[in-house]
Amino acid sequence: MSSLSLAVRDSSTMLRRNLLHARRYPSLTLNLLLTPIMLLLLFVYIFGDVMSAGIGGGGADRSDYIAYIVPGILMMTIGSTVIGAAVSVATDMSEGIIARFRTMAIYRGSVFIGHVVGSVLQVLASLVLVGAVAVAIGFRSTDATVLEWLAAFGVLALFSLALTWIAVGMGMASPNAEAASNMAMPLILLPLISSAFIPADTMPGWFQPIAEYQPFTPAIETVRGLLLGTEIGNNWWITIAWCLGITVLGYRWSKAQFNRDPK
Amino acid sequence: MPSSVMPTPRQDDGHPSPAAISTVGLRKSFGDKTVLDGIDLHIPVGSVFALLGPNGAGKTTAVNILSTLITANGGQAQVAGHDVTTSPDGVRAAIGVTGQFSAVDGLITGEENMLLMADLHHLSKQEGRQVTAELLERFDLVEAAKKPASTYSGGMKRRLDIAMTLVGNPRIIFLDEPTTGLDPRSRHNMWGIIRELVTGGVTVFLTTQYLEEADELADRIAVLNDGRIAAEGTAEELKRLIPGGHVRLRFDDPAAYRTAADALREATRDDEALSLQLPSDGSQRELRSILDWLDSAGIEADELTVHTPDLDDVFFALTDSTDVPNQPKETAR
Repeated sequence: MSSLSLAVRDSSTMLRRNLLHARRYPSLTLNLLLTPIMLLLLFVYIFGDVMSAGIGGGGADRSDYIAYIVPGILMMTIGSTVIGAAVSVATDMSEGIIARFRTMAIYRGSVFIGHVVGSVLQVLASLVLVGAVAVAIGFRSTDATVLEWLAAFGVLALFSLALTWIAVGMGMASPNAEAASNMAMPLILLPLISSAFIPADTMPGWFQPIAEYQPFTPAIETVRGLLLGTEIGNNWWITIAWCLGITVLGYRWSKAQFNRDPK
Repeated sequence: MPSSVMPTPRQDDGHPSPAAISTVGLRKSFGDKTVLDGIDLHIPVGSVFALLGPNGAGKTTAVNILSTLITANGGQAQVAGHDVTTSPDGVRAAIGVTGQFSAVDGLITGEENMLLMADLHHLSKQEGRQVTAELLERFDLVEAAKKPASTYSGGMKRRLDIAMTLVGNPRIIFLDEPTTGLDPRSRHNMWGIIRELVTGGVTVFLTTQYLEEADELADRIAVLNDGRIAAEGTAEELKRLIPGGHVRLRFDDPAAYRTAADALREATRDDEALSLQLPSDGSQRELRSILDWLDSAGIEADELTVHTPDLDDVFFALTDSTDVPNQPKETAR
C-alpha cells in the first residue's frame, strides 16, 4: 500500500472512530450548542429593543438587530463547539488507547486528522442548527447571491478548521478534560469582546483595539458583509490571514506535542 | 507482515540463536533521574522472558523503549531485526503491546474496539469480522461484545486488551504487568492465555512484580533493580544464586528457647516468635548433622521446618540494599 493511501485509510478509520464517539455521546456537542442559542435568544428577545437602538445610528428595530448579531452568533458557535474538540483530544490522550496507536504501524497523523475532520464536521452541523434557529426567529439575508452564500459558508468552514487545530493543540497540552475545557475558554469569550453584539466603534476608545485586533471581528465583519451587504473592506483578507496563521500554528503545535515522548 | 532476516548472534554454546529482542547498553533518564542504566538483553525467538522488579525499577520504561513509544538516551535495541530508533515502523509491524493501563477505547463497544484494530491492520471487512468473532470467542467476551468497554470489569478489560493486541498476529508481544490488579481467578486465566500464546511460536516479553508469575511463565528471568539487570537466568539458576536456605527451630517454652539460643550462637534469633534460624542448603547430610548436634546439645525444638530458597529470597537479596534474607520472616508452610 502506498504511503498516501495508507494515510487516507488510517485517517478515515480514525474519523469513523471519532464520529462514533460523537454519535454515541452527543451530549457534549449539544451542551456546547446551548450557549450560542441561548445568547441569540437572550439578546434578541430580552435585550433586543435596547440593543437595536444602538446600531445603525438609532431607529433600527428588533429584526435589524437579529440580522446584525447572527453572523457573530455563528462565529461564536464555532468557538463554542471546538471546545468539544479540545476536551475529546485531552480525554483521548489520557487514555491508553493512544499509546496503543503509537506502537502500531499506522500513519501517525491519522490520530489528529480523525479528530480535526470529525470536529469540523460537528461544527458545520452545529452551524446548520444554529442557522436554522436564526432563520426561525426571523433572520433573512438581504439580497445575498448564491456565490455570496457559498463564500460566507467558506469563511465559516475555514474559521472552523483554524479554531479546531488550535483546540486540538490545547487538548494535547492539557492533562485532563477539565483543564482542556478551561484552556479553550477564550474561544467562546473572544466573540463577546468582538463586534458580534455591538459595533466595535461604539465601544470605549481604549477598548476598540482589543475588539478590532482579534480574529473574530474581521471574520464576523466578512460574513456580515457577504450576507447583509455591509462594507467588507480589507476584512476578508485579514480573516484569511488569521485563519491560515492559526491553522499552521495549531498544526505545528499539535504535531510537536504528539511527537514528543509521552509522559 | 514483512519477512525480515533476524540477526543471529552466537551464544556460549556456539549454536546460533535468533534473537527476537536484543539490547546493548540501553540507557534512559528523565531529567536527572537515571531510569535505565545500561541494559543488555538477548531474548530468543519463541521464548517467554520476564523482567522482574519492584515498583519504579524501570520495567515500564524498558517496555516503552522496546515498543517504540519513547526513545532511549543511549545504547542500541533491536526488535524483530529492526532497530527501534532507525526503523520504528518495522518494529511496530511485528509487535503487539498490552500496556500496564488498559489500552481500550472505553467509549465504544468491545466489538467496535476489535474492528477498529482490524481496520488499522488493514484487514478486509470480512477478515476483520472473522478475526473479531474468533478472538471475542477465545477470550470469552461474546456476551459483552455489544457493551461499551468502559462498563467492563478489570479482568474483562485486560482480556479485551490482549485480544486487541492479537488482531495483527504479532510475532512479539509485550505484556506490561498483565495481572496487576486482577483477582486470583482472573490471574490464573491470564496465565493460561499467556501460555497459549507461546505455543504458537510467539515471543513474549513480560514484566511483573510477582515472583510467582515469573516462575510460572518465564523461560528466562531478569531482575531489574535501580535501572540495572541485577541477575539473569532461569528461575532455577536464580534460586541457586543466593544462599537463602535455612532450618527453623521453634520453641513453645521460653526457657527452652533461651537455652537453645545460648547454645547456638551462630543462629539468627527471633525472640518474639521464640524461633532460631540455622543456615542450611536443605541436603540430607546437613540436616542430619544439625539434628545430631541438637541432640548432643540436649535441645528439643517443638517444630522444625526446612526452608529452601525461592525467588522471594533472590528478589529481596538482589533488590534491597538493607538486606532481608537472614531476617526471620515467615517461611513455615
